[in-house]
Amino acid sequence: MTAVFGIFLLTLLVITAVAIVRTRNLFVATMLMGIASLLIAANFFVLDAADVALTEAAVGAGISTVLFLSALALTSDEEKAGSSRRILSFLVVAAAALVVIYATFDKPKFGDPEAPVQAHVAPWYIEKTPEFIDIPNIVTAVLGSYRAYDTLGEVFVVFTAGIGVMFLLSYRRAGHTPTSRAPDPGLRHHLIPRVLGRFLIPFILLFGLYVQFHGEYGPGGGFQAGAIIAAAVILYALLEGEERALQVLSRRVLMGLVAGGAILYSAVGFAGLLLGGNFLDYSVLASDPVKGQQYGIILIEAGVGMTVTGVLLSIFHAFAAREQ
Amino acid sequence: MTGLDQHLPALQVAVPMVASAFVVLLNPKGLAWAATTAVSAMSFAIAIQLTMLVTAGTPLTYAMGSWPAPFGIALEVDSLSALLLLVITGASTIALIGARASIDAQIAADRQIYFYSAWLLAVAGLAGIVVSADAFNIFVFMEISSLASYVLIAGGPDRRALPAVFKYLIMGTIGATFYLIGVGLIYMMTGTLNLADMELRIAGVSDQRPILAAAGFITVGLALKAAVFPLHIWLPNAYTYAPHMVTAFLAACATKVSLYVLLRFDFFVFQQNLDGHTFQFAAYLMPLAILGILVGSAVAMFEGNLKRLLAFSSVAQIGYIMLGASLLSAAGLTAGIVHIFNHALAKGALFLALGAFALACTSLRFETIGGIARAMPWTFGAFVLAGLSLIGVPGTAGFISKWHLIGAAMELGPPGLALVAVILISSLMAVVYIWRIVEAACFGAAPADFPDVRVPPLLVTMIWVAAITNIVFGLVPDLPLELSRDAAASLLGHVK
Repeated sequence: MTAVFGIFLLTLLVITAVAIVRTRNLFVATMLMGIASLLIAANFFVLDAADVALTEAAVGAGISTVLFLSALALTSDEEKAGSSRRILSFLVVAAAALVVIYATFDKPKFGDPEAPVQAHVAPWYIEKTPEFIDIPNIVTAVLGSYRAYDTLGEVFVVFTAGIGVMFLLSYRRAGHTPTSRAPDPGLRHHLIPRVLGRFLIPFILLFGLYVQFHGEYGPGGGFQAGAIIAAAVILYALLEGEERALQVLSRRVLMGLVAGGAILYSAVGFAGLLLGGNFLDYSVLASDPVKGQQYGIILIEAGVGMTVTGVLLSIFHAFAAREQ
Repeated sequence: MTGLDQHLPALQVAVPMVASAFVVLLNPKGLAWAATTAVSAMSFAIAIQLTMLVTAGTPLTYAMGSWPAPFGIALEVDSLSALLLLVITGASTIALIGARASIDAQIAADRQIYFYSAWLLAVAGLAGIVVSADAFNIFVFMEISSLASYVLIAGGPDRRALPAVFKYLIMGTIGATFYLIGVGLIYMMTGTLNLADMELRIAGVSDQRPILAAAGFITVGLALKAAVFPLHIWLPNAYTYAPHMVTAFLAACATKVSLYVLLRFDFFVFQQNLDGHTFQFAAYLMPLAILGILVGSAVAMFEGNLKRLLAFSSVAQIGYIMLGASLLSAAGLTAGIVHIFNHALAKGALFLALGAFALACTSLRFETIGGIARAMPWTFGAFVLAGLSLIGVPGTAGFISKWHLIGAAMELGPPGLALVAVILISSLMAVVYIWRIVEAACFGAAPADFPDVRVPPLLVTMIWVAAITNIVFGLVPDLPLELSRDAAASLLGHVK
């Protein structure tokens, strides 16, 4: 059954990908990218990778579509007829695809319990997690503790992207002063979206918090929660106007979230070091090593959530400010 | 090892990384520059201490979060990593100390906190790649360093940087994606991400097709990021339109870190596990290296923009490093690796000096730099000194690497003479392009309204520090040579 669903979803994905490449209208391409992300998320879900499915759906289909639309508002909908060498690009892509297909001839069978991936590191994680960390979601244990250093790196990738966008979009030509305009009214005068949106926002926020704090037990964690909470605030900004959203969460507060989350995560790492363990060793955070691991994971997930929320909202506001 | 020393591999990355988050919270009035410079200097001190530990004894390993490898992420610092760490943190520190005036002139005050934060992220990302012993962790830090470099390069007042950086971003992303596909394929066949564990487990894989494809993807992806000819087309414009101090920093170390990963992966994981890989590695890379040396130098001879001229010279220098590696001998690898260090000294000093010229000149072209030698005699003197090192004049650092490279080529017997000829021809070409700059700077007609600009003393000092290291390591090359020899022996220890 999994195979049938998988083939169905992947076929749709290929069709969507071809459509994205072929369309000249960037608005259409953005919408199709959202659909592609949802298809990938569904495929991850079919493969029982609920954590990544949730991330892909929240970030790929949700937030990045909104950010693409904000970018499109600054430029035109239509792709310029470019001088790009399409045949060369096609050849490079085709060659890379052929090599990947060649490589798959010898790959382990789908779902093979003897596959190297299932037989080497994974059993150790499954066997040892109850003893060392004692939380039901092993994915969270791997990402939050065993490979916490990678996750710290990913938080700083998000941080770099955020400050990069703020840096580049804050560029103004010498002598150019921004003209102040009447505040954007948003969709305030449209009754139905406003009522529905206002009804939805509290539930989205609540769901975001659930995903944040339930990551040890079910799929979820800081990345997904950050994207969901940011989506709720962006929805508010779209309904009530960007100015109102900035009154709720000002740029200073957002900057505090962006840097604060990254600093909180790093601070947990340094705390492990100061208390006599290695960097990012949570066992020393409490007298009971298992409790220490759990505290560490809760703290770093909070840091991840803060930075992701702050960066996504800062990027959104940076684009919106550029429009004025 | 005492308490703090054992944590140094982690601190080398964590200190600049967490500092980058603090920098964006600073009040943007000069404090950001001071904090960034101090953190960079601290990273340099850590790198020096790590180098001393490595030269004193065994390589250092570190278990992140105290989880044993391959279940957790391991860090490892050996001679090769120590050499790269010195280059990264040293180039960053020297450029930053001298950079203040140049950055103030090129980047608006209220945007500088982001700029300095991105600078520290680039340091942390590059250092993170170099200390890591885990294939996926290398990818994560590659993302940090790449994103930060795109931001830094796009930061200057020259808007032509944007299309240049967009090209770099697309190319860099393709390179990183190829690397990730390769790592994914290896993970599929071995179930591990730790490099040492990979080496052991690949030996037991009987179905080699995925591994072969992985070797291809990883080599091409990293060559793209390292700007190995003919995958260098993103580099000249990116270096030309970047803020001057960013060029000085990144030209010294960024592509070399990708070369480092390429050497690590190829020698540690693939060489002894794939049939004929040693031969293929040499047979494919040596012609590319030779072409890179000749074409890069030739284009540099006819280039009108000084920064792009030096950028094409960098393409040739990457060729020297690859040529040394493709000889697959202890002498060749030593020469290639020591050139990573020596080229950073020469090119870093040259780009710093160009940054000083730019304070007075409207643009950095041959027509506009006339008379700069008289206006900035000290800066120009250092420029000439570093130029001599780039050419490879005896007594300079550049001579040391070329001498060892020629020695390694001679080991091949008669065919080696052709390689020696290539090295000599490209050195003569370097004489031509450096002389063209000197000629224009000394004898070119000065524009009538030549501004009377004094180079900030800190910048002149740093340019001279960079230039004098070329002499110091030309006369006493023991440290880089010792590290390179050890690194070459360690790389070759993994070849059947």
